[in-house]
Amino acid sequence: MKILVPIKRVPDPATTIRVLSDGSGIATDNVKWVINPFDEIAIEEALRIKEKQSGEVVLVAIGQQTWQEQLRTGLAMGADRAILVRNDAALDSLALARILAKIAENEKPDLVILGKQAIDDDSNQVGQMLAEMLGWPQATFASKVEFAGTKCTVVREVDGGLETIAFSLPAVITSDLRLNEPRYASLPGIMKARKKELKEIPAESLGVDLAPKLVVKNLAAPPKRQAGRKLETVQQLVEVLHTEAKVI
Amino acid sequence: MGDVLIFAETMLGHLPKSTLTAINAGNDLAQKRGGKSIAVVAGDNPDALAGEAAKYGVTKAIALTHASLKNYLADAYAQAFANLVKSTGAEYVIATATAAGKDLMPRLAARLGAPMASDITSINADGTVVRPMYAGNAMATVEMSGPVKVISVRGTAFDAAKPAASAAPVEKVNAEIDAGALKTEFVSFNQTKSDRPQLTEARIIVSGGRGLKSGDNFKTVLEPLVDEMGAAMGASRAAVDAGFVPNDLQVGQTGKVVAPELYVAVGISGAIQHLAGMKDSKIIVAINKDEEAPIFSVADYGLVADLFKAVPEMAAEVKKLKHA
Repeated sequence: MKILVPIKRVPDPATTIRVLSDGSGIATDNVKWVINPFDEIAIEEALRIKEKQSGEVVLVAIGQQTWQEQLRTGLAMGADRAILVRNDAALDSLALARILAKIAENEKPDLVILGKQAIDDDSNQVGQMLAEMLGWPQATFASKVEFAGTKCTVVREVDGGLETIAFSLPAVITSDLRLNEPRYASLPGIMKARKKELKEIPAESLGVDLAPKLVVKNLAAPPKRQAGRKLETVQQLVEVLHTEAKVI
Repeated sequence: MGDVLIFAETMLGHLPKSTLTAINAGNDLAQKRGGKSIAVVAGDNPDALAGEAAKYGVTKAIALTHASLKNYLADAYAQAFANLVKSTGAEYVIATATAAGKDLMPRLAARLGAPMASDITSINADGTVVRPMYAGNAMATVEMSGPVKVISVRGTAFDAAKPAASAAPVEKVNAEIDAGALKTEFVSFNQTKSDRPQLTEARIIVSGGRGLKSGDNFKTVLEPLVDEMGAAMGASRAAVDAGFVPNDLQVGQTGKVVAPELYVAVGISGAIQHLAGMKDSKIIVAINKDEEAPIFSVADYGLVADLFKAVPEMAAEVKKLKHA
């Protein structure tokens, strides 16, 4: 089975985010860059599928030269090869999905699996858009993935419970938190990763429409909450909630 | 120009609060953009619920009918709604960012070649929208271009629509669906049973974190307080990952985003990702034995205490209050 795993480079989730005063973006001088945690889970799931039934795991990222670092980490985890679609401009989800659709047309994977959302953008769109563009079934927020030949059953985390859907491959799956716990890259894995193929393709060479239809005009810090106070006893707490806050 | 189609989702045979929220946001958008607001209820027999939706201040309601729409599935619904956008000439499609909304709207957007703004918190008069990024640590003003724009709305950012003086007309539309192109099969839905209010609709939420130490403690220590307050119960990601409680109780950036009148965080340290899911609550209370815990930075009222003593005490005090 050939599995394509799109990944994104994002600020480490523990980063303190500082919005620039001119509203153009966030300060990046203190940022540690990592693979989007949900995409790491997707890589892990692809590796597990490959371990159960033979296949190939191909990573793809769309970004700057520096994104090679995250692709090498994915290769060190055990992916077979990687593609970096070189692009420096801001791309919206539609453009990203179009690029991935083009890559999928060329690579012909049986499965595309990626994180449900990137933790910087929080849009949660690319997987679904890609599935539509390819005309494939989609299974979002997956917490369990099982195969019987080319038939796939996915348990999804939805409001109020768990939903199970089934479909035949090829398909797009987006990973949720509880799908698995990703492995760490081992030292031998890191050594091997250096020799694995990492191909660079300029985004413009794919012949897809990259012009953004969604543009971020301004970024602002959210309104700050007023500072609260500490109380001494439970009795005081219940008292203020009743008489001051009037919520109980 | 400016017409808004509203995905009026149904759940277990009724219109949930999240749908009334979508209707309110859709009405707001239509009014600002000078168009009609049209609530669309889809299903194999949606007439009654379309009649319900028509009571909430929309210009019109549509009962979008087809056998393939009986259970929500992304591919069938994306086809049906895309064809409806084309036949009505609507400029906007809006939905609340529920599990179905998040699953459907991007697929629909791609089918229409339209941009989408996810999880918005407000609509400006010029049609730009505001949405949180970086786990709510930045608010982005976003502009979309093109004949159609798709929007999902953060459920806590808008009030539910109120019933209007009179009901709007309801139109029955047979959905255009190529059933041969449908590739996904609905197998089952395993509902987490609870007598408590739904997390996303509750006025009061009491959440537990890793400090509770076990699922048993959630039952014996936290639940009495939850029930004494008539609250919904939530949890931090750490508690869910540790297996203390089911995943649909998770409050956070990638779990449920809530904004109740009162949020009580018990034994929760307050990681950025948890705060992202609850920092818009009207009143926040934190109970934690670590006075340096980040949760205290957003709490209106903080109690540095051992939760195993404080929580039963609080349940007793609340009970006294009810009988005072």
